[in-house]
Amino acid sequence: MPSFIDHIIGPRVDQIDLNKHGLKYGAPGFFLLIARVLLLVSLFVPFWKMSLVAPQYPDNLQLIAYVNHLAGDVAEIDSLNHYIGMRPLGEAAQFERSVGVYVMIFFVVLLELASWIHSRWTVLLILPVLFFPVVFLLDLHYWMSNFGLNLDPDAPLSNSVDPFVPPVLGTGMVGQFKTVATPGIGMILATIASFFMIVAMYFHRRAYLPLIKAQKAAASS
Amino acid sequence: MTRKRLSTRALFAAGLCTLGLATSAWGQSMSDVQKVAKERGLSTADLLAAAQTFTPSGKIDDYLIFSSGGHSGQVFVIGVPSMRLLRTIAVFTPEPWQGWGYGVGEDVLAEGLVKGKENLWGDTHHPALSETKGDYDGEWLFINDKANARIAVIDLRDFETKQIVKNPLFINDHGGTFVTPDTEYIFESSQYNVPWGAAYAPTSDYEDEYRGAVTMWKFDRKAGRIDKSKSFAIELPPYWQDVADCGKLESDGYLFLNSINTELATGGIEDKKPPFEAGVSMNATDYLHIINWKKAEKVYQAGKYDMIEGFPVISMQTSIDEGLIYLTPEPRSPHGADVTPKGEFIVVSGKLDPHTTIYSIDKIKKAIANKTFSGSDAYGLPVLDFDAVMEAQVEVGLGPLHTQFGPDGYAYTSLFLDSAVARWTLGGVYGPLNPEPDWTLVKKTPVQYNIGHLGAAEGDTVSPDGKYLVAFNKWAVDRFFQTGPLLPQNFQLLDISQQGTHMPVIYDMPIGMGEPHYAQIIKADKLNPWAVYPEIGWDPQTQSVDPWAPRPKMERVERKEEGTVEIFMTAVRSHFNPEHITVKQGDKVIWHITNIERAVDATHGFAVPVYDINLSLEPGETATFEFVADTPGTFPYYCTEFCSALHLEMMGYFMVEPAD
Repeated sequence: MPSFIDHIIGPRVDQIDLNKHGLKYGAPGFFLLIARVLLLVSLFVPFWKMSLVAPQYPDNLQLIAYVNHLAGDVAEIDSLNHYIGMRPLGEAAQFERSVGVYVMIFFVVLLELASWIHSRWTVLLILPVLFFPVVFLLDLHYWMSNFGLNLDPDAPLSNSVDPFVPPVLGTGMVGQFKTVATPGIGMILATIASFFMIVAMYFHRRAYLPLIKAQKAAASS
Repeated sequence: MTRKRLSTRALFAAGLCTLGLATSAWGQSMSDVQKVAKERGLSTADLLAAAQTFTPSGKIDDYLIFSSGGHSGQVFVIGVPSMRLLRTIAVFTPEPWQGWGYGVGEDVLAEGLVKGKENLWGDTHHPALSETKGDYDGEWLFINDKANARIAVIDLRDFETKQIVKNPLFINDHGGTFVTPDTEYIFESSQYNVPWGAAYAPTSDYEDEYRGAVTMWKFDRKAGRIDKSKSFAIELPPYWQDVADCGKLESDGYLFLNSINTELATGGIEDKKPPFEAGVSMNATDYLHIINWKKAEKVYQAGKYDMIEGFPVISMQTSIDEGLIYLTPEPRSPHGADVTPKGEFIVVSGKLDPHTTIYSIDKIKKAIANKTFSGSDAYGLPVLDFDAVMEAQVEVGLGPLHTQFGPDGYAYTSLFLDSAVARWTLGGVYGPLNPEPDWTLVKKTPVQYNIGHLGAAEGDTVSPDGKYLVAFNKWAVDRFFQTGPLLPQNFQLLDISQQGTHMPVIYDMPIGMGEPHYAQIIKADKLNPWAVYPEIGWDPQTQSVDPWAPRPKMERVERKEEGTVEIFMTAVRSHFNPEHITVKQGDKVIWHITNIERAVDATHGFAVPVYDINLSLEPGETATFEFVADTPGTFPYYCTEFCSALHLEMMGYFMVEPAD
């Protein structure tokens, strides 16, 4: 009778089978490796971008979000935002940005573990990583709402701009500014990583489900 | 100008220019161009000129003119080919837009005190861009003030004046500024000569007491300042030293300096003596000064100088003993001495001789080595034999003044009396670069009117660009609307891109702010100016961050020892912080203010009425000004640059409580 730990780790493949079907057993781990590399790269490139388009800024103003910091014309956007009573952007998502890098490293570790586990528990390890881009956008939306809907009523232009929430992807309008939000390379890489995770889960199932079934059958017989 | 009938060729050219517009804006066609041209009476040449110069909104000019501002005491920066005035640079004259003299620049202006007196204007004549290996490097600009013999240093990172030096020896300069090929030195020579330090001496003592000089100002590029402690002067006879040029390549190490009044005339029309205009023009020839500045530098470093007015001066006797200065005859009343791009010829034009005279540095060096002298002047300086050093003479027209060069072996000389620009060919290595024979006049283009200097694109460097030439005309007469009896000067752009006789005027630009003299034209991409100051709290005078500059959250009003109030203020769209400042009548006020903006063009002004304050604070800039609050009252201070939608709201109250 396998222990609980063995149950989680799942069946091991014997050496003869592994040599014979290297591709079959290697595929899930390979795709998870690609996903891990993509996630690591995404740490160093922009995750999300917003361009603010107005006549007096021929090069547009840029707000660029990385996993752990904000970049672009933050000071200028802040100085404009003070007119409508929006808090400085640096005050948004401080916790998320402070833990961003560690979370990503944690995700990489999860995927590492996922490729060692040959049971359905693997899915549990992959899913949080898989949904990371979505969670990122949801969190972004939360902060944009939080900031856009809580404007200082005593700000200079508080009665000329209504509270607003610019779309986290796509275009919106605030004052004379058109906002154009697009995913950054980082988010694209993370999304591709998610795709590889799904592929990995498929091959994982194909490789190890028969072994689990065989193990169960052996146990029950 | 003759009006030619509209030709299809011109319309085609104009059409090409407007093609972008025509394709984007439906309904416009060549016939519209034709219609406008007809309505406005524009000729083929006019349309072509328009096509060559019109610069659509948002397009940036290829070249920049750095022009003397004449007696405005400023420098003008003008785009080419658009001929749009881009900005002025305040130098010797207070200028409120830049805050120059109204809260910033006071220390620099104070460096320009003349015998302890304020002279808050300047007669700027000859700008000189800094050079590296004889080519403009776009880093620094120097300019002289003829009226009071001063030199200013302008930093082209922020287009702001950083230093003014007053010449201790003389009171009037003309031969400045000219730089050595690597900008080690800036030359400034005297013109209307006086006794040393402009001390008193009657004109009857002219020959013995009055002296000319050329000052070699050492430029410390790293510090961005003239280093007075490493500068020196060379004593010259009291002729009127005129325009100069520095040797380069073949003639590197030499300075060529014209002179007039070798007659030593002292005027006196009221006593029935020949007036200056006659007395100064009697001799058939004057003297070109050939000065070996590299040798002079060694003589100075060897300590062979006298201290005069607290400044090291190499005496004429030392110059004779060491072989630093040679003279040679030059055509009467010369004005320009211009060195050809490779440095082998010096082109001199005498106002009262229709020829330009070309000297060869090779022949000059040989004549010096062989001591081929025709004599010496009244002060014992050796005079090189004219025929031994002269290479060629070219008859170019009446009143030749200054010469510039193109890349294709052409020289361009301004003709004051003919009101024309002459194109003529150089000989030597330049001969094969164009089809015409050597040393020949090719074309004269009339200009309107009375041209002084002229400037070709990088036309006084080792690598002239050609393409454009600007005639800096003194008179406009009928070119513009009659703005009362005082008329602007006229800068005319000439197209010199084609060889041969095609050299038309393609644009007129009025200058209604002073009478410019010389200007230099530099390729715009050689400059690398700042869009905003590099960091918040930047002091343009030191070009570094001021650690004491007010910053956000550090705004405050501090009452120091009795009677002194120090204000630390920030400016950002659209408020000053603090907005209320109260002091007591008689307090000394030290006011620091920082523009904490980082956006391009987010400049704030800062005006305080009654106290004569108006600053310009560019993004990142910090400034400090001081005054005594001697007048009680309530004074609104406010932003004088329309900075934002709430610009009018950007103000505060400065309140001075009356003393008990």
